[in-house]
Amino acid sequence: MTLLLKVKGLRKSFTLHQQGGTVIPVLDNVSFEAVGGEAVAITGPSGRGKSSLLKLIYGSYRASGGTIDVLHEGGWVDAVKANPREMIAMRRRTLGYVTQFLRVIPRVPTLDIVMEPLLERGATHDEAGARARDLLSRLNIPERLWRLSPMTFSGGEQQRVNIARGFASHHPVLLLDEPTASLDLDNRRRVLSLIAEARDAGSAVIAVFHDDDERREICARSVSL
Amino acid sequence: MTPLLAVEAISKLYGLRTGCADVSFDLWPGEVIAIVGESGSGKTTLLKCISGQMQPTTGTVRYAMRGGRVLALDRMSEAERRFLMRTDWGFVHQDAREGLRMSVSAGANVGERLMAVGERHYGRIRSSALDWLSRVEIAADRIDDSPWSYSGGMRQRLQIARNLVTSPRLVFMDEPTGGLDVSVQARLLDLLRGLVNSLGLAGVIVTHDLAVARLLSTRMLVMQGGEVIEAGLTDQILEDPQAPYTQLLVSSVLQV
Repeated sequence: MTLLLKVKGLRKSFTLHQQGGTVIPVLDNVSFEAVGGEAVAITGPSGRGKSSLLKLIYGSYRASGGTIDVLHEGGWVDAVKANPREMIAMRRRTLGYVTQFLRVIPRVPTLDIVMEPLLERGATHDEAGARARDLLSRLNIPERLWRLSPMTFSGGEQQRVNIARGFASHHPVLLLDEPTASLDLDNRRRVLSLIAEARDAGSAVIAVFHDDDERREICARSVSL
Repeated sequence: MTPLLAVEAISKLYGLRTGCADVSFDLWPGEVIAIVGESGSGKTTLLKCISGQMQPTTGTVRYAMRGGRVLALDRMSEAERRFLMRTDWGFVHQDAREGLRMSVSAGANVGERLMAVGERHYGRIRSSALDWLSRVEIAADRIDDSPWSYSGGMRQRLQIARNLVTSPRLVFMDEPTGGLDVSVQARLLDLLRGLVNSLGLAGVIVTHDLAVARLLSTRMLVMQGGEVIEAGLTDQILEDPQAPYTQLLVSSVLQV
């Protein structure tokens, strides 16, 4: 098994300058590793920093200390020190991130949204289209919606479009923040099978689940915050 | 690989007053960087200094020409500067009237840039102009109309077509959606985003609107009092702003 992610001594606190400089500690000295082909659950009570940990790895939050080494294109890159260009390259090739929330861009059709990450990493239009159609079908998005912007879709449909987008490009490290929350049972099963597939194909999956049964089904071990 | 644009320690003083101070950054091909900050923070001064419209007091701007030579803006020959201004660079002004020639037709506005780079064949110029008007969603039957007859949103789209017809590699934009209705803004932003992605353009966009920065840029510079006080990935600055002023800026955005 290839080691893909090494988090060491990670710390995060927020300083709220607009509120008298209040400091909110979030993570203190978090360390764990993940190898390809395994799923690691991040657990802990609400407010303990589970989502923050994923955002730190993805680079949406800036760490206060520690290191986040990611195996990117054969070499180790510390996401804490990476410059924006390196971070963008890592997101393109290595780090995938899926939340429940789709950032809808007006007028962009569903199919294009799902194809975009594939095109960005150099797939042909045909390859990207085929993969996107396959994912949208598997996630139960009716074909008549593919040409429309998800602007007017239901919350669950938007969430599944976002999941299709997140799984489109086979990232070696997948960060999942409650990907199944608020979906119905049938759609949950579909998302879980995509996650298991990505894991078995060799990705390291780092996931926050709100449902304990789902967590146990997908993840062999957990990191408790 | 080298950066397309390398900005090194640019400062501009207006007498004793500081326009912008000691700004450095690199812009790479295909990358869009947003410069945000409130009015008077030095955004537009910086944009003018890095795009050859204003001479900085100190500092250097280097540009990687087609073919790979890297030249300092103030050391270029007149011909090289003209090539940049007319072909390799685009400028989208907040007020479309500054970027258009209002006395000639819409089609001529687009065709003119092509003629400036040596195209002489009327049929080709006209078909190029038609193609670009349709790409910016202007109906073909408006090609011979004066830009005076266009709405604000249409003029802005025409300005974009005029700029992009020569396949520039870098586009400078100063508040491109300022002064437009919200619905018109959304359409323009979406169009710009699509064009930037499909053409692989690099861009520098000055805006005070964080939503515009979020939609169009991958990186962001936050300016206050002429200085860059924070720089980084756009989503990181918006989700985890560090500097007190950036936190104020981000927290001041009204949620709809």
